[in-house]
Amino acid sequence: MIETKTLPTEYVTHPGAIKSSSGKTLRTDEMIINMGPQHPSTHGVLRLEIVVDGEIIVDVIPHIGYLHRCFEKHAEHMTNYQQVIPYCDRLDYCAAINEEHSYVLAVERMLKIELPERVEYIRVIMAELQRIASHLIAVGTFGIDAGAFTPFLYAFHDRELILSLFEMTCGARLLYNYFWIGGLSHDLPPQFVGKAKEFCTYFKPRIKEFNDLLTYNEIFIKRTANVGVLPKDVAINYACSGPMLRGSGINWDLRRDDPYSVYHKIEWEPKVGKGEMGTVGDVWDRHIVRMCEMEESVKIIEQALAALPEGNVQAAIPKRIRPDAGEIYARTETPRGELGFYIISDGSSTPYRVKGRAPAFVNLSVLPDISRGGMIADLVLIAGSVDIVLGQVDR
Amino acid sequence: MTAHEIHDSLKAKFGDAVLDAKLEVMQPWISIAPDRMKDVAFFLRDDPSMQFDYMMCLSGVDYNDGRLGIVYHLFSMVHKHKIVLKAFCTKENPHVRSVSSVWGTANWHEREVFDMYGIVIDEHPDLRRLLMPNDWEGHPLRKDYKVPEFYNGMKVPY
Amino acid sequence: MEAFQNLGFWGTLLVTVVLSALPLVFILLYALVTIYLEMKVAAHMQDRLAYMRTGWHGVLQPIADFIKLLQKEDIISVAADKKLFILAPYIVFMGTYGAYAAIPFSSIFIGANIDLGAFFIIGVSSLVVVGILMAGWASNNKWSIFGAVRSAAQMVSYEIPTALAVLIAVMITGSLNLQDVTKFQAGGIQNWLIFGGPLPLLQKILITPFTVITFLVLFVASLAEVNRTPFDLPEAESELVQGFFTEYSGMRWALFYVAEYANMFLVSAVAVALFLGGWESPFGSFLSGPIWGMFWFVIKGMVLVFLQIWLRWTLPRLRVDQLMYTSWKVLTPFLFVCIIAIGLILVL
Repeated sequence: MIETKTLPTEYVTHPGAIKSSSGKTLRTDEMIINMGPQHPSTHGVLRLEIVVDGEIIVDVIPHIGYLHRCFEKHAEHMTNYQQVIPYCDRLDYCAAINEEHSYVLAVERMLKIELPERVEYIRVIMAELQRIASHLIAVGTFGIDAGAFTPFLYAFHDRELILSLFEMTCGARLLYNYFWIGGLSHDLPPQFVGKAKEFCTYFKPRIKEFNDLLTYNEIFIKRTANVGVLPKDVAINYACSGPMLRGSGINWDLRRDDPYSVYHKIEWEPKVGKGEMGTVGDVWDRHIVRMCEMEESVKIIEQALAALPEGNVQAAIPKRIRPDAGEIYARTETPRGELGFYIISDGSSTPYRVKGRAPAFVNLSVLPDISRGGMIADLVLIAGSVDIVLGQVDR
Repeated sequence: MTAHEIHDSLKAKFGDAVLDAKLEVMQPWISIAPDRMKDVAFFLRDDPSMQFDYMMCLSGVDYNDGRLGIVYHLFSMVHKHKIVLKAFCTKENPHVRSVSSVWGTANWHEREVFDMYGIVIDEHPDLRRLLMPNDWEGHPLRKDYKVPEFYNGMKVPY
Repeated sequence: MEAFQNLGFWGTLLVTVVLSALPLVFILLYALVTIYLEMKVAAHMQDRLAYMRTGWHGVLQPIADFIKLLQKEDIISVAADKKLFILAPYIVFMGTYGAYAAIPFSSIFIGANIDLGAFFIIGVSSLVVVGILMAGWASNNKWSIFGAVRSAAQMVSYEIPTALAVLIAVMITGSLNLQDVTKFQAGGIQNWLIFGGPLPLLQKILITPFTVITFLVLFVASLAEVNRTPFDLPEAESELVQGFFTEYSGMRWALFYVAEYANMFLVSAVAVALFLGGWESPFGSFLSGPIWGMFWFVIKGMVLVFLQIWLRWTLPRLRVDQLMYTSWKVLTPFLFVCIIAIGLILVL
């Protein structure tokens, strides 16, 4: 029952086409292969229908929806606004805190609540820790896509340390339900600040080690430089965000350009791809942006820990949350890019409509455009560098 | 540019294609006739004083009063201003013109809207269901949607 | 082998079976050890422990794995070409195992001391390509055929640098018989072919850089011959699922697996026999003799196997075009230069 996009019979010359001496393009037979939903490098249940000519990719047609869990329908049928938060966690299970942050921010803006300083600082610390954890998964699995297995375990080793920080705080290791509307579910435990500082000092040299092992490996550079180049204008036209956009050389980060929480009080800078090893916007650039962002996140965490004020972790909010009828679109910078929630309230205690604008979904839609003409091995790397989480793509 | 200025210039340029507007709320929106959506979109993207080159979000809404709608959240990376556009249509005649030739990202978003709300996106290059199976019946995010008993012989509510 | 000449038909048969079973026993034992080694080396490179439950530090795990694989259901997909599918793993294993016949484990133990030893090994181990192509084709799976085609292209192109490197060793020693090549390098580590062999001093100094390069090229090419990282494209998991043995399971898969590990030692053994003094002791006549010879041979081989494992857990993999580029535009020209230079030095 699955329709397939019919391909044009008359081909424009693609890189793999063989030319005969008369200059005519020889038609070779294309093969259609399904990459996924069960395939080691599709990061979940993405299915790519690829049309190949030998090893050269003629077209890629992504099929998604295998992990569709009706997030939006669920959100409309909760009994109150708070109940949606755990569902947000499950959108992007690699960066649950950031998803909560976006949703909670949207509801708080509708309610027009002022939050205690301490809440904002804790949120920033948690969001940045989560960003490091998520980027570690991204670069680790990216290593696997490139055929290097060891960096993956290096990354997961460090991610474990972050997860135990989360576990210490709210008891959960993956899906936290930690940010609540108007505050947090728990205050930080007393030993948290010390442990987090310890982690920061431990982690900085580890980034360098990881870079030595993978990022500056000659073979890795050969594989990733000049592959899957995403030009600036295409990136903006497809509304790419996060490391995808910054990898293409656009200095754009919502934490700085559409500020929320207390990011404006902290000194840091977004990292952009410069095309050090090849073209601006290639796969290597997206990788290095993630590596540099982890360093920046450590900086942010350190400053936020130093500035962490005392105080309450729950603002005064009405017992039943009933935002005035109206609508809002609030967005935050998650590890994968711009996550927005478009919420319509009809004045009752359940959201009338919640739409999640998932960065992985939007970033994935550009995949066919940047992988045509590459090889199968390139496609794997390009898909890896987009850093999709299928939970977010399919919602 | 403020929402008022954008509204005024759209009004001046397109006249009766601009149907309605609410400019005093937190995120001001302008309603556009669904069959003129594409022209307005091209103008908003290419006009040097507008330059809405970045589409943040595109969402379908069922207003539960016989109307369906698509909400476009636009942003300009150059001028750093935002605007929200809305295109309303009726459940009986759910047609909106595609803007995927204007913003590439709209392609999948519009497919999702078609999938979830059954709004037919005219001139869309590849209008198929996106998240639901191709042979699924009905459009799940409509407010009057009833969950089917069976799908291909499998019981749906469990 | 001359000792067993007057045993009659049955005696000869018995001796042949026993003698040819010895490498098989070796391969199986070696495979168990190397699988264990690979897991342990990988784990310790990655800050983990690997097997710890089965026996002391998990030494029994490979055996447990082997028993599990034996018990597994034999699955052949309906669409597969059944005959070829069943035959393929045996051919792959045969190619590897057959080549062991000419490996000189020590001065008295060599399956068949043929004069064309090195040539025989290159020829017989090429049979592996046929098996892999059969496996890929018979599986009736697109990923398998991709893996098989990649593998065939890769092995065929990397056979050129391998053969050229062998040719260089043959030019210096003047023999294709691996026993003769080994004996040529007697007298300690300084006489190994990697250091120019027992030539007059001036020639030795001139020739050494070229032989070192040759050895390195041979090692790199042998990595590609056995499909190890960074040349593991035929079975590149993240791209081709499992390459040509995607559809294989249970014992048939284990045969591929054992053949792969046996192949690792095979290419190491060739490199050892040609360039690292074979079974000769690195200390001249100290610790030499047939038994010690076997010890030295296996140890040297295992060091190279360890290097292969080390590389596998460190490096990413190349892309197909880069792989071909490496073979045809880097390794082969290098060796041509080496051949010309060594030839000139030898006639000096």
